[in-house]
Amino acid sequence: MIIDDLCKQSGEWLRGAGPMSDIVISSRIRLARNVSGYPFLSKATDDQKSELSHLLRRQVDERATSGQWAYLEMAKADELDQQVLVERHLISRQHADSRGERGVAVSRDESVSVMVNEEDHLRLQVMRSGMQLDPIWEEISRIDDRLEEKIDFAFHPRYGYLTACPTNVGTGIRVSVMLHLPALKLTGEIERVFRAAKEMRLAIRGLFGEGTEAAGDFFQVSNQVTLGRTEEEIINDFKHMVVPKIIDYEHHARKALVEERALALDDRVWRSYGALKHARTISSEETMLHLSHLRMGINLGRMKLVDLKTVNELFLLTQPAHLQKVHGARLNGEQRSAARADCIRKRLASE
Amino acid sequence: MQLGCQACKKAAATVHTTDITPDGEKRERHLCDNCAQEEGVIPKSQPHMPINEILSGLVVQKTTIQQLADLTCPSCKMRFVEFRNSGLLGCVCDYDAFEKALLPLIERAHDGAGHHIGKVPRRLGTPRSAESDLIRLRRELNRAVDGEQYEEAARIRDRIRTLEEQ
Repeated sequence: MIIDDLCKQSGEWLRGAGPMSDIVISSRIRLARNVSGYPFLSKATDDQKSELSHLLRRQVDERATSGQWAYLEMAKADELDQQVLVERHLISRQHADSRGERGVAVSRDESVSVMVNEEDHLRLQVMRSGMQLDPIWEEISRIDDRLEEKIDFAFHPRYGYLTACPTNVGTGIRVSVMLHLPALKLTGEIERVFRAAKEMRLAIRGLFGEGTEAAGDFFQVSNQVTLGRTEEEIINDFKHMVVPKIIDYEHHARKALVEERALALDDRVWRSYGALKHARTISSEETMLHLSHLRMGINLGRMKLVDLKTVNELFLLTQPAHLQKVHGARLNGEQRSAARADCIRKRLASE
Repeated sequence: MQLGCQACKKAAATVHTTDITPDGEKRERHLCDNCAQEEGVIPKSQPHMPINEILSGLVVQKTTIQQLADLTCPSCKMRFVEFRNSGLLGCVCDYDAFEKALLPLIERAHDGAGHHIGKVPRRLGTPRSAESDLIRLRRELNRAVDGEQYEEAARIRDRIRTLEEQ
């Protein structure tokens, strides 16, 4: 497939553009759907999984697509390729790690991906850079409508769209925004955001998905309630309450840093630049931390030697599977740290 | 104010259990996720943190648990206890077969809600009634006012008026 090509570019959601992109890295919506007449995957036989996979692949191909797509059969895919897709947020870690017939369709610009036979029969995802929930909802709902012309999705008069896990039932919608909150992290006020999110029934995770420590000042906020509210209500909460409020906090904290601790702030930004520019070996965690500071420096106009797009690209290119893919060989931890430092140095030298 | 974990005394307690000792005394425990996993209070490999939180937080009388655990779906043959362990249902019929046990969980997971009011497949052809639209809009209006979103509130108010006039 096109995975080798993918690794050379960074995907729509890391373009560093779109509304509020100084803080909102990307927004995405996922819909969970199951085909009526088939059991959920935990009780599906191999034959049923295979039928579902064929049916869904054909319908996605005919109805969900308007441009060029690639379909990857996970069972036949190279493990490294699977990890690349995880790092690019095109599939879940669970989808890469599970067994049996399953696949993913990815649009050429990577804004749309459709997982087949993940936890539910179908998981549609649309993702864009910056804060763009309205166009995303429009697009994903249209794809859903088109598929529904040919597939009967399991729907219950009381519970709505039925999902394998009852935490997704109803709308089956998961709205997520990825936020860069370095100032709130520095000042320790991020704890307040966590508490407020918990009260609003929102989940907060790290940049690279479920279970990861929110590393390098990047946080993914998503809804947990999927029943008893409309899709628009859930999205509007993000648009009018959650995101503007957190952005407001972050801007406030950044302003305070600039006004009261400018020297310390610049020191941090420029030290990070120095470390990235000269390190000979660097861990993934350290990379994330420095890239985060660099990104904040660029957004506050205190660092002009690097642009946002480069920083965003480096987030992806320095991930383990991407490094190995570009390198063309398996690397152990130590080798990866050296390859990572190399990759960053070359990239920054060409700026 | 959050409770701290009684085991590690560091993280916030997120898992709360009430055991009955053989002497009939209640013993409450408050643990963080890690310690709860270490002590086997919640399963270690967790495909679904949220559902497990909900399951482990549910306090039900022992006899009832036994009855509920034995509920079996006539279609996919899954037993409720299987779902409790995996967090995943076996087929669409489970929603009805397990309703008694499942509904409290669903309501806990979804802020008390037990009815879908969102998108409906077109093939079912019943657009939302004006009645349910009004209920939804009035709730949206309250939220907007609470959130001091006055422009949004005015917009919703106008839509309510239009609907009421029809």
